[in-house]
Amino acid sequence: MIRIPALTAAAAVLCLSALPGLANEMERVPPVTHPATQKECGECHMAFQPGLLPAQSWNRIMDGLADHFGDNASLPADAVADIRAYLTANAGRGDGTLLRITEQRWFVHEHRKRHLGNRAKSFADCQACHQDAARGLYEDD
Amino acid sequence: MKRLSSACAAAALLLTAGAALPARADAARDAILTAYAAEAQREDSGFTGFDAARGRALYMGPHTGGKAETPACATCHTPDPTRSGQHQKTGRSIDPMAVSANPARFTNATDVEKRFSRDCPAVLGRACTAREKGDFITYLTGKP
Ligand code: HEC
Ligand code: HEC
Ligand code: HEC
Repeated sequence: MIRIPALTAAAAVLCLSALPGLANEMERVPPVTHPATQKECGECHMAFQPGLLPAQSWNRIMDGLADHFGDNASLPADAVADIRAYLTANAGRGDGTLLRITEQRWFVHEHRKRHLGNRAKSFADCQACHQDAARGLYEDD
Repeated sequence: MKRLSSACAAAALLLTAGAALPARADAARDAILTAYAAEAQREDSGFTGFDAARGRALYMGPHTGGKAETPACATCHTPDPTRSGQHQKTGRSIDPMAVSANPARFTNATDVEKRFSRDCPAVLGRACTAREKGDFITYLTGKP
C-alpha cells in the first residue's frame, strides 16, 4: 500500500479498528509451500494461501470436495488428509461458518467499492486483479 | 488391468526420468494411449483404433446431459486447442491442450485420468469410455 501522511494514517487506523483488523494482516500472506496443495488445489483457480481462511472453513471445504461449489474436486483419501493437514496447520483467522474467502468480512469490506468489470469473472480469481497473488502479495492492485 | 497398470508404471517412470525431453514425453503419451487401447478392446471387441475426427467431435460438442454452462470441452479449453483456455466459472487461464503448443500434455497417466473423471461428467453427464479418451488424446496429439 502507498505510504500515507500521519493524519490520514491516524484516520485510517481509526476506521480499520472498527473492522476485524484482518485486512492489514492479509496484505502479505505466506505463500503456499506444500507441493500437493499447489498442484491439486491450483488447477481450476489459484491455490489459495492457507492464511486466507480459518481452519474450520478449510475442514469443511476438504469434507465436501465431491460437490465443491458445483464442481467435482474429489481426490484420493490420502491426498485429502495430506492437504487438510497443511491447510489447517497454517490457517488464518476469520469466520469458520463461511466457506468462501470472498464472503469473509474483511474481504467484503476491502472489496466493497470494487467492481469485477471485465477484469475478472469472479472475485475468486484473485490473480486477475492482484498480479502477485500467487506469491501471497495483495498490497497493490 | 495388468497391461494398464504396467503401462502407467512405464509412463510414471519416464516422467520421473524427466518429461522435459520431447522424446520421453512422446513415449509417456504413447504408453497412456496403449493402455487406453487395451481397455477399449476389452470394452468393445469390435474396437479397431482411435480416431481424431471422433476426438474432435467430442472436444467441440455441443453435448447435452452435463452442466448447462459447460456443453463442450471447448467451453474451458477453447475451440482452438493451440491457444490458452479459460475456466468457465473461475476465469483461471488453462494452458493449451494441443500437444503442438504444449508438449507436456497427456504425459502423466494419473493426472490425465483424474481430469477425465471430472471433466467428462461435467460436460456429458457421464464418464468417458476408454475409446473416447483415446480419441480425444489422438485428436489433440495430431492437431498441428
Ligand atoms: C475441478 C476444479 C476445482 C478444483 C480441483 C479445486 N477447486 Fe476450489 N473452486 C472451484 C470452483 C469452480 C470454485 C467457485 C469459484 C467461483 O465461485 O468463482 C471454487 C472455489 C474455491 C474456494 C472459495 C473461493 C471464494 O470464493 O472465496 C476455495 C477456498 C477453494 N475453492 C479451495 C479449494 C481447495 C482447497 C482445493 C484443493 C483441495 C480446490 N479448491 C480445488 C473449482 C475447483
Ligand atoms: C476485481 C478485482 C479484484 C479481485 C478479483 C480481487 N481483488 Fe483484492 N483488492 C482489489 C483492489 C482494487 C483492492 C484495493 C487495493 C489496495 O488497497 O491496494 C484489493 C484489496 C485486497 C486486500 C487488502 C490489501 C491491502 O492493501 O490491505 C486483500 C488482502 C485482497 N484484496 C485479497 C484478495 C484475494 C485473496 C482475492 C481472491 C480471493 C482478491 N483480493 C480478489 C481488487 C480485487
Ligand atoms: C469447467 C472447465 C473444463 C471443462 C468444461 C473441461 N475441462 Fe478439461 N481441464 C480443465 C482444467 C482446469 C484442467 C487442469 C488444468 C490443466 O491441465 O492445464 C483440465 C485438464 C484436462 C485434462 C488433463 C490433461 C493433461 O495433460 O493432464 C484432460 C485429459 C481434460 N481436461 C479433458 C477434458 C475433456 C475430455 C473435456 C470435455 C468432455 C474437458 N476436459 C472439459 C477444465 C475443464
